[in-house]
Amino acid sequence: MAALESSPRPSLRRRGAALGGVVPPVSLLLVAGAAGLLVGCLRSEVFAQLTVQGLALGAVYGSLALALVLVYRATRVVNFAQGELAMATTYVAWQLIQWGLSYWEAFFATLAIAFVLGTVLEVALVRPVQQRSVIGAVIVTVGLFILIDGVVNWVWGGEFKYMPSPFGTKIYHVGGVSIARLYPGMLAVVLVSVVLVWALFRFTKLGLGMRAAAFRPAESALVGVRVDWMLAIGWGLAAVLGAVAGLMAEPSQFFLEPTLMQPILVYAFAAAVLGGLDSPAGAVVGGLVIGVSLNLVVQYVPAISSELQAPFAFAVLVGVLLLKPTGLFGRREVRRV
Amino acid sequence: MSTLLELQDVEARYGPVHALHGVSLAVEEGAIVAVLGPNGAGKTTTLRAISGTVRRSGRIRFAGRPLHRLGPDAVARLGVAHVPEGRGTFSELTVWENLRLGGYTRRGSIQPELERVFSYFPWLSERRRQDAGTLSGGEQQMLALARAFVHRPRLLLLDEPSLGLAPVLVAELFRIVRELNEDEGLTVLVVEQNAHLALQAAGAGYVLEAGRVALSGTSTELRADDSVRRSYLGY
Repeated sequence: MAALESSPRPSLRRRGAALGGVVPPVSLLLVAGAAGLLVGCLRSEVFAQLTVQGLALGAVYGSLALALVLVYRATRVVNFAQGELAMATTYVAWQLIQWGLSYWEAFFATLAIAFVLGTVLEVALVRPVQQRSVIGAVIVTVGLFILIDGVVNWVWGGEFKYMPSPFGTKIYHVGGVSIARLYPGMLAVVLVSVVLVWALFRFTKLGLGMRAAAFRPAESALVGVRVDWMLAIGWGLAAVLGAVAGLMAEPSQFFLEPTLMQPILVYAFAAAVLGGLDSPAGAVVGGLVIGVSLNLVVQYVPAISSELQAPFAFAVLVGVLLLKPTGLFGRREVRRV
Repeated sequence: MSTLLELQDVEARYGPVHALHGVSLAVEEGAIVAVLGPNGAGKTTTLRAISGTVRRSGRIRFAGRPLHRLGPDAVARLGVAHVPEGRGTFSELTVWENLRLGGYTRRGSIQPELERVFSYFPWLSERRRQDAGTLSGGEQQMLALARAFVHRPRLLLLDEPSLGLAPVLVAELFRIVRELNEDEGLTVLVVEQNAHLALQAAGAGYVLEAGRVALSGTSTELRADDSVRRSYLGY
């Protein structure tokens, strides 16, 4: 009977999957890693600088990874155009600044535009195809990648653009370590955005509706949730997180070009897979881990030069998929019949 | 009493398979109506046709409004709560979040509804932070019902509420449904294998066979009918 068949459901620790219920080795590993970083930072100035910079870049990867995870959780579509979308919205911000807006005015206006863009893409392009085939929708996102790239090159051209620095050029000196204000600034902006998105999901009725729609669309409709809207809003929020990632990636690279997000998309995929493709917390932690380790590996492992960063991230991605496909925080995929 | 729900020649199918061949039935406002019938007769599909979770044609009117073109979320917002067979719970979410989803269509505070539900099922209050997936099958069934009560629907569609529940719980559940019906005029359309129970709670009933209404009447009439007695009551 129902009582018997229902007890061994494997998704028992969904809420735990956020953080608490993770198997001890993972959290131990993370704590040990953090402790190692701290010791390294205290012993070496270069190590400390690379770590802070790595965390800031990692937050950018994590933010884009979170965008990928949100879309994947809601619609089971991996959005290959997520990075290009982020790049395009960064161009929008550049354009707004050219038209006379201040950096932060342009920042928030861009987030709003990104939200609209994300929802419109889902409704107009992805959903009609997805109703027929999920893999078709994934292919549409690959097409979008090329389309967005073409549009940006057509509208703005391929040459470098320069944006004002959002955080100035101030340099902090902390116990003999010099740190550009840029990096803690990036870290703060990304983490605040991530926390706001998390709070939206965790504490609002809209967020509850979005989670319900992602987990169980049929049952959600039965309680009156407009599932279609929720999925579109999910794409919109993902585009907003991507825009934050793009806007914070630009100053770390010091200029804007159409390929801005392409390596970052690879790092974001590695981060998302490392964290577990359906774990939002995992995406952010994965991003930070990838960001810091890329920076340190290039410095301290002689065989890996900075040109090999992307291949290294790719190796992490493949390694995780082979050894632990669910990632650090993911739960095993259970297909419901 | 006015008619709250009316189905006329409703057909439904899953792909090429016809599940309903023109079902007509009516539910008066404030009534409890049972749907009986053997497996595969179309009982579940009838409920699904009403809530919009299966493709259907024919006329369905709820409170004077046509339903047959509406999707499930729109039907839910009109005040129809459908508790599907088996587990209709969101096992990935906490007990409290499940209840909150029950009140999704309601504006403003759902505190009074929550308190009422907690008075029926005190254990829900104690375990509100727990993942619904960690509840037993019977508990999940109760949670699905509690969620529907938080919705405060005008029409409650119950599919096999007794399935997998201990007899004590089944009796308790039907007691609560009757209480809500008497106190608040909740209208209920219930599909139930246990015809005894269903006809005890319901004022009227329909017997479906092979996707059609084979028989209908008040509970007293149905209980007195020889074929119903033989097939569903077992004496």
